[in-house]
Amino acid sequence: MSIKLTVNGDSRELDIDPDMPLLWAIRDHLRLTGTKFGCGMALCGACTVHIDGQPTRSCVTPVSATQGRQVTTIEGLATPAGRAIQAAWVDGNVPQCGYCQSGQIMSAAALLAANPHPSDADVDSAMAGNICPCATYVRIRSAIRHAAEALAAGTSAPAQG
Amino acid sequence: MYFRQIELAPPSETSPAGVTRRQFLKLTTLAGSGLTLGIALPGCGGRGGSSSAGGAAAGPLTMPFVHIAPDNTVTVLSKHLEAGQGVWTGLPAIVAEELDASWEQMRVESAPAEVPLYGNLAMGRKVQLTGGSTAIANSWQQLRQAGATARAMLVAAAAKEWNVPAGEITVSEGVVAHTGAGRRASFGELASGAARQSVPTDVPLKDPSQFRIVGSEQLTRLDARAKSSGRQQFAIDVMLPGMMTAVVMRPPRFGGQVSSFDASKAKAVPGVVDVVQIPRGVAVVGRDMWSARKGREALNVTWDESAAEKRGTAELMKEYRAMARGKQAVTVSERGDVEAALTHAMKRVEGEFEFPYLAHAPMEPLTAVCRLGPDKCEIWAGCQSQTADQANAAAAVGLTPAQVSINTLAAGGTFGRRATPDSDYVAEVASIAKATGGKYPVRLVWTREDDITGGRYRPLYYHRVTAAIGRDGTVAYRQRVVGQSILAGTPFAAMMIKNGVDPTAVGGSAAEQYDLANAHISWNEAKVGVPVLWWRSVENTHMAFSKEVMIDELAQAAGQDPLAFRLGLLASRPRHVAALKLVAEKAGWDKSFSKEKGRGRGVAVHESFGSVVAQVAEVTVSGDKINVDRVVCAVDCGIAVTPDVVKAQMQSGIGYGLSAALLGRITLTDGHVDQSNFHQYQVLRMTEMPRVIEVHIVPSANPPSGVGEPGTPPIAPAVANAVRVATGVRLHTLPFDLAAARKRRPEVPA
Repeated sequence: MSIKLTVNGDSRELDIDPDMPLLWAIRDHLRLTGTKFGCGMALCGACTVHIDGQPTRSCVTPVSATQGRQVTTIEGLATPAGRAIQAAWVDGNVPQCGYCQSGQIMSAAALLAANPHPSDADVDSAMAGNICPCATYVRIRSAIRHAAEALAAGTSAPAQG
Repeated sequence: MYFRQIELAPPSETSPAGVTRRQFLKLTTLAGSGLTLGIALPGCGGRGGSSSAGGAAAGPLTMPFVHIAPDNTVTVLSKHLEAGQGVWTGLPAIVAEELDASWEQMRVESAPAEVPLYGNLAMGRKVQLTGGSTAIANSWQQLRQAGATARAMLVAAAAKEWNVPAGEITVSEGVVAHTGAGRRASFGELASGAARQSVPTDVPLKDPSQFRIVGSEQLTRLDARAKSSGRQQFAIDVMLPGMMTAVVMRPPRFGGQVSSFDASKAKAVPGVVDVVQIPRGVAVVGRDMWSARKGREALNVTWDESAAEKRGTAELMKEYRAMARGKQAVTVSERGDVEAALTHAMKRVEGEFEFPYLAHAPMEPLTAVCRLGPDKCEIWAGCQSQTADQANAAAAVGLTPAQVSINTLAAGGTFGRRATPDSDYVAEVASIAKATGGKYPVRLVWTREDDITGGRYRPLYYHRVTAAIGRDGTVAYRQRVVGQSILAGTPFAAMMIKNGVDPTAVGGSAAEQYDLANAHISWNEAKVGVPVLWWRSVENTHMAFSKEVMIDELAQAAGQDPLAFRLGLLASRPRHVAALKLVAEKAGWDKSFSKEKGRGRGVAVHESFGSVVAQVAEVTVSGDKINVDRVVCAVDCGIAVTPDVVKAQMQSGIGYGLSAALLGRITLTDGHVDQSNFHQYQVLRMTEMPRVIEVHIVPSANPPSGVGEPGTPPIAPAVANAVRVATGVRLHTLPFDLAAARKRRPEVPA
């Protein structure tokens, strides 16, 4: 069945099962591999993308439900909050194995877009769905705080490629 | 809230300010991330062939561990797997130091599988393996020499070209210069000339006082950018032309075998291309992950479970308790006369400890890719032992190891899981490629359920300890450990099991780590059909726990401060003493600590993988809930090559150990694993992570020792000791269940 998708601003048409989770459409068919498979049950957050700006677990979202919506993956994250988060991630040497970090960054960018001055509790709550077995949590908290400060000061640099 | 439903809002008119795929690819290429598939992209560093200002003769300097390209990039070949522990930063830092390179020009790539060239020096160069926290330690001298050798060749090339004495040439921040002649050149410009120099055999190494990269707090991880942008490629991201995706249905109980299967319904699923039997189960191959999974759901397999393990963990633990009370046991270590000392002791403390099976649960589900031809086989995976994976893949496809090429990608975590002596998932993908005749490249993906139910667990263990303080103040310590051997049945057994003792089961005991007058450590090997494996810090995951909890309870029985009590038993161990004193100073141990509102503070120290780590944990207990508020950590890991990575590994080890202390547990009922995904096999989330983790590095001039694992062992006992201070309740069963522990009569008053 033909499914129309808009991912990172590009419109695409795919001949796939409408029940296929968005995750596998993005990865296996659009070959955008920055979004990761972790659990398949919306338990770990590795597959987080933005749908119309909202952080969403792509592993349980049928691709058919995203027709007419704007899907943004880590590859297309270019909002001021997203850039500030990514810069803070590099500055703080946040990643270890790095596998969960696309999802962490998508959750964090959505948090700052909605709440530019999150409290510690806001951060923990917004990030509680993203598992990091390497336990980079302390650095994630710190990077989100730094990104928020940079955004507020207008000093956030674009993330370095 | 873990999952936000899509809101049914009208579609947005505005296009998100996204980078298009074409722009993204361009950025990727410009940024030069050629380190993933081992395929050098033009202009992407490594062995790239782009021309430089050096003229027609431009070419690279290619050495086993260091490549200097005309584009002025310096690529270090990592013989070790990067799984988060930071070797892709630490190994280049060692080379850059002796080379006097600038950090910005450093790159890293995985080395191919080859021994002895890329063998682990801590393992006799016979195997290429990342484990035992040895990556930096075994590479230290090797890569210093590699860097210094390349530097000497660059200098020799400059001396020849400029016609000046080599001794007058300086190298700094990637620039080779001769002041008198007014000449300077980049590494890239000199690379081809350097390649024509003879390789010096005896190059001087720097005095550590001259280090400016090694020991620097300022280094950005070389993988930080790729891992903060989704660009880092893992095995699961490998996309080969025509590649298919496979999932495997494995036996529901360990030790089961395929009896027969009916593939008709699976083959009817759109997108499924093949269903084949392999030694470990039945593989369903589809054009994408979704079709393979749906195909597996439709597959009907009949299992032969005659040889399967059918016991549950409750029965196993009952058997272990009985074994621990038997007379027969293998002696691990013995000192003095423990029975006499216990008999005549002044104070005596007893403890029984239970440790569950634990899954590693690396964030990237196990994945490997195989492309098989008539006389060659290529593997892409996060290989933790390249040579074992090569040999096992070769056996699976019927080729020689030399015909199998290994492409090691960054691994999305391992914690020991990928170092399987039989290369389970790599052998599986090779078997699938063989069974499908190599007609397409195939990617095997384990689902999370496959991972959690798939075995290779940290073994289930039971400890029984009797410890006592004599009238002369000396300590007697008797311990029996019961559990499976990790090494039994593996190629490592002959080399590492001595006198029936598996050090990966019972190493790191109190007899090894404290000055005890009388001690006896013994163990019973349990034979169970559940496959087991090393799990971050291996034997120390459980041996450190009972040791540090019992020592704390002994201190309490003796009416002594737990820190002072430990120092009294560590007189011959200056590194333990230094780590404890540093952690005590930084934690403010000598200052009063309010025990109001359920607060408690505990300490633990443990040596593993050549490093000593001491931790102080501060907790608040609310009802039966344990919150870890603050952890202070001191580590002696010799010279800290990349201090920020050392700190990250301590934070990580603490988080991983805390996950096991508070949450981790695999149980079996009638041989079936009870957990399947993260809703049942819980791992630490941000909400449970201490708000404060302070890491302090003990200054040292010793060669580097391990950091990937040693941060894990002390945290669980430090927290248990803190909880006992807060509540008077002894926590001896992991994961901690305060409500259950309260019901047991405390044997030691708080």
